[in-house]
Amino acid sequence: MRTTSTAAIALSIGLIATSASAAELVIESWRNDDITIWQDTILPAFHAQHPDIEVTFQPTAPAEYNAALNAKLDGGTAGDIITCRPFDASLEMFKRGHLVDLTGMEELGNFPETALAAWSTDDGSQTFCVPMASVIHGFMYNKDAFAELGLEVPTTEEEFFAVLDAIKADSSYEPMAMGTADQWEAATMGYTNIGPNYWKGEEGRKALIAGEAKLTDEEFVAPFRTIARWADYLPSGFEAQSYPDSQNLFTLGRAAIYPTGSWEISPFQRDAFFEMGAFKPPVQNAGDPCFISDHVDIGMGINKASPNQEAARTFVEWVGSAEFAELYSNALPGFFSLSSHPITLDDPLAQEFIDWRNECSSSIRVAHQIVSRGTPNLWNDMWVTSANVINGVVTPEEAGAHLQEGLASWYAPQQN
Amino acid sequence: MQHARAAARRKPFPWHVVVFLAPAVLIYSAVMIYPLAETLRLSFFDRTDEGMRFWVGLVNFERLFLDSHWADQFWNALANNFYFFVVHMLVQNPIGVLLAALLSMTYLPGRTFYRTAIFVPAMLSVVIIGFAWKLILSPIWGVSETLLGLVGLDFLFGPWLGKEGSALTTLALISVWQYVGIPMMLIYAALLAIPEDISEAANLDGVRGMALFFKVKLPLIWPTIGIISILTFIGNFNAFDLIYAVQGALAGPNFSTDILGTFLYRTFFGHQLELGDPHMGATIATAMFLIILVGVMAYLWGVQRHMRRYQF
Repeated sequence: MRTTSTAAIALSIGLIATSASAAELVIESWRNDDITIWQDTILPAFHAQHPDIEVTFQPTAPAEYNAALNAKLDGGTAGDIITCRPFDASLEMFKRGHLVDLTGMEELGNFPETALAAWSTDDGSQTFCVPMASVIHGFMYNKDAFAELGLEVPTTEEEFFAVLDAIKADSSYEPMAMGTADQWEAATMGYTNIGPNYWKGEEGRKALIAGEAKLTDEEFVAPFRTIARWADYLPSGFEAQSYPDSQNLFTLGRAAIYPTGSWEISPFQRDAFFEMGAFKPPVQNAGDPCFISDHVDIGMGINKASPNQEAARTFVEWVGSAEFAELYSNALPGFFSLSSHPITLDDPLAQEFIDWRNECSSSIRVAHQIVSRGTPNLWNDMWVTSANVINGVVTPEEAGAHLQEGLASWYAPQQN
Repeated sequence: MQHARAAARRKPFPWHVVVFLAPAVLIYSAVMIYPLAETLRLSFFDRTDEGMRFWVGLVNFERLFLDSHWADQFWNALANNFYFFVVHMLVQNPIGVLLAALLSMTYLPGRTFYRTAIFVPAMLSVVIIGFAWKLILSPIWGVSETLLGLVGLDFLFGPWLGKEGSALTTLALISVWQYVGIPMMLIYAALLAIPEDISEAANLDGVRGMALFFKVKLPLIWPTIGIISILTFIGNFNAFDLIYAVQGALAGPNFSTDILGTFLYRTFFGHQLELGDPHMGATIATAMFLIILVGVMAYLWGVQRHMRRYQF
């Protein structure tokens, strides 16, 4: 009896010793949908190169992630690698001393400035997460429906509304699947989807942050005028139509066009029985330069309290590499690596989306950096106002004035 | 006299009372009183970007009631909350009384079936109720339009949950549908407790049918109706789940269904890019607590004390 227990102790000590020699990392994430992809594809690829580092992917439900992570960081029980939400949620963690300063890491040079902005301090002097992926906005369409009605993919706004008119006149499809019940569709798939073409992407976004442009200016009001026109082409009762309703209308083949984000690519290809195509937000006049919403969504940083700093750094550096960019973008079509490395995608629809980066300038959602920091919150206001504009309860001019008033009430650069 | 005093002196301290009360007092203090006190305390603080907490006194309340951004939302939520409550008082409770009166009729086949069927929704999760009604009322997949069409009323159908004018009423009626079983049960129990001989005596005096209910039974159940009203008040001013399940934290369209509960949730936990603000959240929670406290006290002093009780 005694010998067996001694043997057991010796064995367990031996186990501890062997496991201590290999560093173990835990990744905190909200992407619980991707757990199998991390376990089966991404982490084995890392392990093959770094056999001495064991990595576990430990996601939480998206809605609980921020609160759960902050509680774990405060309690000192958070994992070594932190998946970073863009902008203020991560900036707050950095300011409170939970994230390691990554400024100067060589791999950060692989990313454009727009991508780094999401995980840097306001003046851009310190960066605390490596950018992973973005989602690109545009429109998906039902190729069968377009072929049946003899329609061409629109490139200008005039053509876009002509296509909508043609689908409406034929009446076998709903022209466009979108509702305003959840409000965020109106803001994300509507206003900030088509908006960059009007405010010239980063130029307008930065001017707004600097206080040189106002939300009452023509370039910010005009997209409201355009989405107000969408109301005629939405299914009847769109005021009570939710996001899943819109998704189902499109994948069931009842609607021809769907204003979208690239994260829908894999679920839609699973659910839809027809061939899908995508087109970028139409420009106002033929030949205008185009701008797309290429929104930074996800990054990775290191927990300052982690005992495995060196291993964690090795992993995060790998996340910044070209190899990871290609691996991740292909494993999760629709989440595009933010890296400047050229990558090729196996999924043709995803490739269509990422090709727009070569033709157009990328920009992020206008409300996400700095200007949604106060109360009233600009991004929340944009949801409500965009839905109101499409519902026809406020005019585009009133919408702009309302947003500007809210922003100017707390944001100093907008107060003169 | 002296003997009695000696007996009183000899009587030991009633430790058993303390022991018997202790579990309830401890648990209640830990899960109710402590969080409540902590909420009140939080509302007098604010914090810096680095997470340091500092005392601000009544500044949060000043912001809530005087800063137009906060005040507009607060009064809008409060007004919506009152409307939500009024709908329950005017629809839920009278229907509850009516159903209880019908259930307590002497000859009613299938009584237990009705009683159970009407009470079942009150036991279901609000998430299920919200989801089911969203589907029923959906302009795309819903059955409402078809059902209205069967009786030739389909022209009345609209995207009710998506219209500012009708969304809150629709939600209030969904809530009424869910909870009508509770006043029904309470009043049914009160009606059953009225002794037979009172009805018989009234019968002998020539009071029958409707008159028997309104002149004899209704006055006897007023205290129960009073309790139900105050429970409805507390329930409605703490309501949150149904609105959140159906309309989300922004309580659309255009905040027309925003009530104090959703306003509190949004402020406390944040929403999308808006980071949670536990201190303003606690301030709203305190305001809600005070509103409910004032309502309940007004009721207890103004109404309940003057209500006549009948001994059977």
